[in-house]
Amino acid sequence: MADAPLLAIDNLDAFYGSFQALFGVSLRIEKGETIAIIGANSAGKTTLMKSIVGLVSARAGAIRFKGEDIGGLETHHIAARGIALAPEGRRLFPSLTVEENLLAGGQAKRPGPWSLAKIYELFPVLGERRAQPSTSLSGGQQQMVAISRALMANPDLVLIDELSLGLAPIVIRGIYAALPRVTESGATALIVEQDTGQALAVASRVYCLRGGRVALEGRPAQLTRDAISSAYFGA
Amino acid sequence: MSAAASFKITRATPESRIAAVVGSIVVVGLAAAPLWLDRNVISIAGQMLVYVGLASLWNLLAGYGGLVSVGQQAYVGMGAYLLFAGGILFGVPPLLAVPLAGLAAGLLALPVSVLVFRLRGAYFAIGTWVVAEVFRLLAAQMTLLGGGSGVSLPIAIVKTIGSTREIREYVIYECTLAVGLLILASIFLITRSRWGLALQAIRDNEIAAESSGVDVASAKRLLYVAAAAGAAMLGALIGLAKLRISPDALFSVNDWTAYVIFITVIGGIGRIEGPILGTIIFFALRETLSDLGPAYLIALGAIAVVTMLFAPKGVYGYFADRFHIQLFPIARRVKIDAPVIDGVKNG
Amino acid sequence: MDWLNAVAQGVLIGGLYALFAAGLSLIFGVMRLVNIAHGDLILLAAYVTLAIVAATGLNPLVAIVIASPVMALFGYVLQRVVFNRTLGDDLLPPLLVSFGLSVIIQNSLLMTFSADSRKLDAGLIETASWNVAPGLSLGLLPLLMFGAAIVVIGSLQFMFYRTPLGRALRATSDDPEVARLMGYDNKHLFGIAMALSLAVVAVAGAFLAVRANFAPSDGPARLIFGFESVIIGGLGSLWGTLIGGIILGVAQSLGAMIDPGWQLLAGHLAFLLVLAVRPQGLMPRVEG
Repeated sequence: MADAPLLAIDNLDAFYGSFQALFGVSLRIEKGETIAIIGANSAGKTTLMKSIVGLVSARAGAIRFKGEDIGGLETHHIAARGIALAPEGRRLFPSLTVEENLLAGGQAKRPGPWSLAKIYELFPVLGERRAQPSTSLSGGQQQMVAISRALMANPDLVLIDELSLGLAPIVIRGIYAALPRVTESGATALIVEQDTGQALAVASRVYCLRGGRVALEGRPAQLTRDAISSAYFGA
Repeated sequence: MSAAASFKITRATPESRIAAVVGSIVVVGLAAAPLWLDRNVISIAGQMLVYVGLASLWNLLAGYGGLVSVGQQAYVGMGAYLLFAGGILFGVPPLLAVPLAGLAAGLLALPVSVLVFRLRGAYFAIGTWVVAEVFRLLAAQMTLLGGGSGVSLPIAIVKTIGSTREIREYVIYECTLAVGLLILASIFLITRSRWGLALQAIRDNEIAAESSGVDVASAKRLLYVAAAAGAAMLGALIGLAKLRISPDALFSVNDWTAYVIFITVIGGIGRIEGPILGTIIFFALRETLSDLGPAYLIALGAIAVVTMLFAPKGVYGYFADRFHIQLFPIARRVKIDAPVIDGVKNG
Repeated sequence: MDWLNAVAQGVLIGGLYALFAAGLSLIFGVMRLVNIAHGDLILLAAYVTLAIVAATGLNPLVAIVIASPVMALFGYVLQRVVFNRTLGDDLLPPLLVSFGLSVIIQNSLLMTFSADSRKLDAGLIETASWNVAPGLSLGLLPLLMFGAAIVVIGSLQFMFYRTPLGRALRATSDDPEVARLMGYDNKHLFGIAMALSLAVVAVAGAFLAVRANFAPSDGPARLIFGFESVIIGGLGSLWGTLIGGIILGVAQSLGAMIDPGWQLLAGHLAFLLVLAVRPQGLMPRVEG
């Protein structure tokens, strides 16, 4: 059987209560790719992330992971299957130390290369601050913890929502510099990114959302600035 | 050719108009009860009015103000004790003592509110219970009013209400009806007014309400004090009807809070009609089930739990939402008139 | 010397109050639920202990070994079937459901065991005492009670801060949505938390049953003692709950010395005083 895409979303409609946030979104990710999702605020990027992990209900359409339908599954079951999300705004556990946050991420004990040691090798500053409360870290360091926490689950697919939000450019560059190590280890990455330039630099393919719909899709090399601009802003 | 639709904001619905007519008939009938109902029924009617009053006040606090109190029995008991103390120690006529007790309780509720408002949510609830316990224990220490076993209203004072037992019972009943209607009318006016909108805002989202300029703390304090005053007046009437007070009876959490909560939950929280319907259901259940003793309370508790889990808006809320009924005209609706064409009204 | 004795007794009974409060505090910490039926569950545990003693002849304090798992299982089921449905932003449902549960439990106990006061016999433990100094005598039972409180609270602290389960509970308490992203099953974890709470309640219930007479309607008073201990000690701190219990116990003890009718009042007034002067309690958890 030909390899099914790692993640296949077909015609997804997602709702918050009676408010529709996604309209017929389709997307596919192959193993090993790095996909970026760009778009203006409230274009539906975070809603898409939440739909994949089951935090938002899908009314129509299908989400298939490793060939199996995961729409309608409970979030913790989806996580156990190998999807990890570093949520928007980091959302570390405030009562837990850095190390405890990482251990929480790894509690499902899935087999894989990621461990505390490897995380501290990737982000040494976290090793230095492992016993500190997670809230005492800077924004950039917290983002490292959030991403690492997702990696500790040894996921097949790691979702990073709004990676660069609220971070200084030099910090953003530092985190992106570490990203290849993530994909080398076998994880496929789906990144939601406000910083279009960074997104285009790191992704193998890009989707642009606008108003809850896919406005553009393609390889960065093949997309013109104008095409991206009109997809992003409309008009 | 221009067609301009005009609209007005209206509150009344066809159901509310019918309800107003029916309600007026019921009120007149209740007021004239001594003429056409026998003593037993009047006694039950009086009890029902008390519970409608207590449940409506609890509903105002919890359903509109988000303040869940498990300690309103503090003020019920306080009202009764104030009336008896006023009569026995200071010669205050009992009927005058009813509104005075309400006033005094309202004033006492102010410093109490300062304390209990330091607690939030369910901790606030238990805090109000502690306050009620303190009042109960203090009442038990008052030897002048019978201490732990309580005291009966002296005959001399009883006779000032009326010369015969019948007259006394009718007088107390009419006062209870008056206070009950006063409470309902006040709640209706509060929720219809700007205060009511403020309360709804607080109930929906306290922080948003605060930043819109609503003085949340004062609104809640006003509610708490008003509920205390109302509960105290009802408590005074309860003491009068029983002709006797004791700490355990007048500060009973079962009689004046548990039943009240059940009535409001089962009838419907957050709407004026809820406590009325709840009281009717409660008394219907009591008539049929009370022989069973503790089993009756278990049934009541189970109904309340199941209602809260599966029909959190209560019986009234469930039907009102299904069929869009509103008996008390409170919510505003837009009513669009027929358009005016070319300046000439059709028809 | 009487005063010293009264204070000592008050301190020791603080241990019992801390046992009442520990389960309450745990549940509030993990899922922001205040269980108004908590006191009635303590009484339920006391009657369960009575039943075990009647069936096996065991010493009531030894019967805790059976009563605790039984109550824990009941707690897990209760949480998953009833309380999990009430959790959310609205504070009315859990409060009103637990209130209804309180009435149901009280009256079920009343129907099953009647309103008569009971007391369980722990044998020599009840009469043995330690003569610390002239005029100061500490009973073995109160010492055991206090010791049990320390062991229970110490174990809970250890569980919370040094075990994966504790980490899971703290994470779920901090952010239930993100905890699910990590693969934590919230419904199951909340069930575990309630099971732990009722396991502690079983210990409290057994000591209650041995220490003095008990009857089905005694629940609310225990809830209030536990609640006052939590508030005096400070929300979020289990050791603070022990301090709170001690202060409550001492206040009641001193009040009783002035006049027996003042025992309960003195405790309530101490609580109200703390509420007025230092509402956050004496040892509130410092938010990291």
